[in-house]
Amino acid sequence: MHIELTDNIKKRNRTNGRFRYLVIAGSVITVIPIFLIVGNLAVKGYRQINLAFFTQPAPDTFQAMMAASAGEVIPGGIANGLTGSLLMVLLASLFAIPLGLMTGIYIYENSTKRYARFIRSLTEILQGVPSIILGIIAYIWVVKNITRGYSALAGSVSLTIMMLPLIIRSTEETMRMIPLSIREAAFALGTPYHKMIYKILIPVSFSGLATGVLLALSRILGETAPLMLTALGSPAISFDVTRPVSAVPLLIWDFYNDPNMVSLVWSASLFLMVFVLSMNLLARSVASKHKYI
Amino acid sequence: MSGDRITKALLFISSLTILLLSAGIVISLFGGSIPAFREFGLRFITSSAWNPTAGSEEYGAMAFIAGTVITSILALIICIPMAFTTSLFIAEYYRDTRISGILRSLVDLLAGIPSIVYGFWGFYALRPLLVSTGLSDQGFGVFTASLVLAIMIVPYATSLSAEIISMVPAELKEAAYSLGATRREVIFSVVIPSARSGIIASFILALGRALGETMAVTMLIGNANVIPKGLFAPGNTMASVIANQFGEASGLKMSALIAVGLLLFLITALVNYLGKLIIKRFA
Amino acid sequence: MNTTPQSDSVLEIRNLFIAYEPERYAVKDVSASIKRNRITAIMGPSGCGKSTLLRGMNRMHELYPNIQTKGDILLDGKSIFSMSVIELRRRVGMVFQRPNPFPNMTIYENVVAGFSLNDIRLKKNQRDEIVENALRNVALWDEVKESLFRKGTFLSGGQQQRLCVARAIAFNPDVLLLDEPTSALDPIATSKIEDLLGELKKKYTLVLVTHNMSQAARISDDSMFMYLGELVESGPTGTLFTNPKDSRTEAYLTGKFG
Repeated sequence: MHIELTDNIKKRNRTNGRFRYLVIAGSVITVIPIFLIVGNLAVKGYRQINLAFFTQPAPDTFQAMMAASAGEVIPGGIANGLTGSLLMVLLASLFAIPLGLMTGIYIYENSTKRYARFIRSLTEILQGVPSIILGIIAYIWVVKNITRGYSALAGSVSLTIMMLPLIIRSTEETMRMIPLSIREAAFALGTPYHKMIYKILIPVSFSGLATGVLLALSRILGETAPLMLTALGSPAISFDVTRPVSAVPLLIWDFYNDPNMVSLVWSASLFLMVFVLSMNLLARSVASKHKYI
Repeated sequence: MSGDRITKALLFISSLTILLLSAGIVISLFGGSIPAFREFGLRFITSSAWNPTAGSEEYGAMAFIAGTVITSILALIICIPMAFTTSLFIAEYYRDTRISGILRSLVDLLAGIPSIVYGFWGFYALRPLLVSTGLSDQGFGVFTASLVLAIMIVPYATSLSAEIISMVPAELKEAAYSLGATRREVIFSVVIPSARSGIIASFILALGRALGETMAVTMLIGNANVIPKGLFAPGNTMASVIANQFGEASGLKMSALIAVGLLLFLITALVNYLGKLIIKRFA
Repeated sequence: MNTTPQSDSVLEIRNLFIAYEPERYAVKDVSASIKRNRITAIMGPSGCGKSTLLRGMNRMHELYPNIQTKGDILLDGKSIFSMSVIELRRRVGMVFQRPNPFPNMTIYENVVAGFSLNDIRLKKNQRDEIVENALRNVALWDEVKESLFRKGTFLSGGQQQRLCVARAIAFNPDVLLLDEPTSALDPIATSKIEDLLGELKKKYTLVLVTHNMSQAARISDDSMFMYLGELVESGPTGTLFTNPKDSRTEAYLTGKFG
């Protein structure tokens, strides 16, 4: 049997080449926004970033309007947002990091049990819950029933619920990369279970765990929506967990809603983005540099 | 008690908090929604009326459900060609090269930018651009929100798709090459068919992200409590109506907003579950 | 079928160098000729470059990045580096170490995959004929004719490998390259493949990479022995096995390294 091989090699090579260009073009389009966003914020935001930007609380709208109409730099900064963010993130970490690590280890250690797998599925669902809903939850639990008003505590609770699944998942995944032989070697030496966890599992996977925590922090630092429903915002620097506080993303929202403060919002956005992205990069460099496993 | 038993107990107790937390979230959302559902019944889902005037209060979630679904699906449609080509670039064409590592990091950075920064950038940089095209008077609306949403979900779809494409066994690709297939033909006849369900799942999970996104959408969609009348018309999503109105709400309106939250919770959970299910089958 | 030997060598390898990174050669100055309708076995310890040489013969080695190639390979007198890879791979088919039928295709579709992947439209009766011929040629027809439209993945390893051979010969190539085709198979499946290769050489020219010396002795007509990227010795299998000229060949054949 003879089959005529109609040759369309030229055409096929041409479509092959064209598709390659399409792939390259699509990839370029995908990354263009990051350059646009970073460039845009850097150009418009750098002027307002000075010492006062970090040490003074946000101006009121009248001050801003006067400065803007006189063509001056708007006075004030984001100090109240910085302290508020710091307070709430610290508080959230205090709950979420130990709880997340322990739950992650529990799931990893008992991964054959149905209960542990069920907890893992719950964690996955929790991770997919939109952050605004966690705002509602913290509102119902804390604002309505505990602090009887908007509070830093309520904000931290919503951030805690956001952080938890992120840390649990990264803990479990890090642990799973530890070769079974390492655990077996520990047990073969007669190591008790808890020593194996504290002296082997955690130290061996430390960089992975740190990466997970840093990535979780970089996620919640930029979170705005749940804080609008819980911490509300405050013009003053405050460390009282039962009272409303501000946060950097909340300040951006306030500035955005006030036409007099446009130049501040560029700077605050620039700062928040650079801070979050550096945290992100730090996390990734920790992950790539300190690899035991 | 021995150290072993204390450790085991501690680990178990912390796992219980996840159980309590999940149960608490569901109970609180259902509990908070009861007044709204008792008042309006199923009409709460099907109606698109949203009238907070005291005395003639009426709430329905349809406008927001429509807004959420339309913006998210439009975002997904915009996202697919970008994520698809980028994942092929990373995991197929330039696999294991430095340029693919750089691209991967840039895409990861895109995922790290806070939502409110996207919203703000969209408001000041993207919106005027849309106004200048004459397609939209104010630049607010479904399309603007979807465009920014698409940029926000691209990294999730890309990194997952790339991971799945890179898992396609080299032997299969080589078999196709040895038969004289070109790279494009290998991609479409071997790589994509074997990675198909995984790629679909990655887009479903990206859709799940888009559904719950709040700040960027709130700043761009125009916040009109109606079913959007067109691509460039304003609308509102479930997440953004909660963000905009929760602070001043009380009574029945608060319950209605919590009920919107419950519906959003159910929709995203369903979409995410579907995505995870497909991924697990794939693996 | 062209059996008149205008020259009886199909592939002519001339001073071939292949390097994966600069100056680190996997194949070093290899010259050899592959004779028509014979089985040529390439032997050598692992890492000796035998697979790279084989892949060079239909330019599969170019799939690795930063590959450098010097020298030439002639297919019926024409340089394979001047042909399009598509045409080359159509004429020089390949079977791999592990059976790799396309899991998304049925058995039938797998056999004609070469045509569908190359956008060659065939009539239904042509397709049917190709599938039956190819499967008969690999002695798989009777085993699978009832399940042609099922996915190929339910087949045993040996059957899958024969399916892969069928896929490669459906094109009617001049040369068939086989990269340790039985290394993932059990002894019974292996002997079936070996019988098959003996049949196939009547129609095709076969080049077989193997690390199994007794296999090479059993089924090959010509042998090439490679060591550290160089072609140490080549010739008719009988001569090479009984009377090796090079001490390294002898050391290998007597099991000193491997």
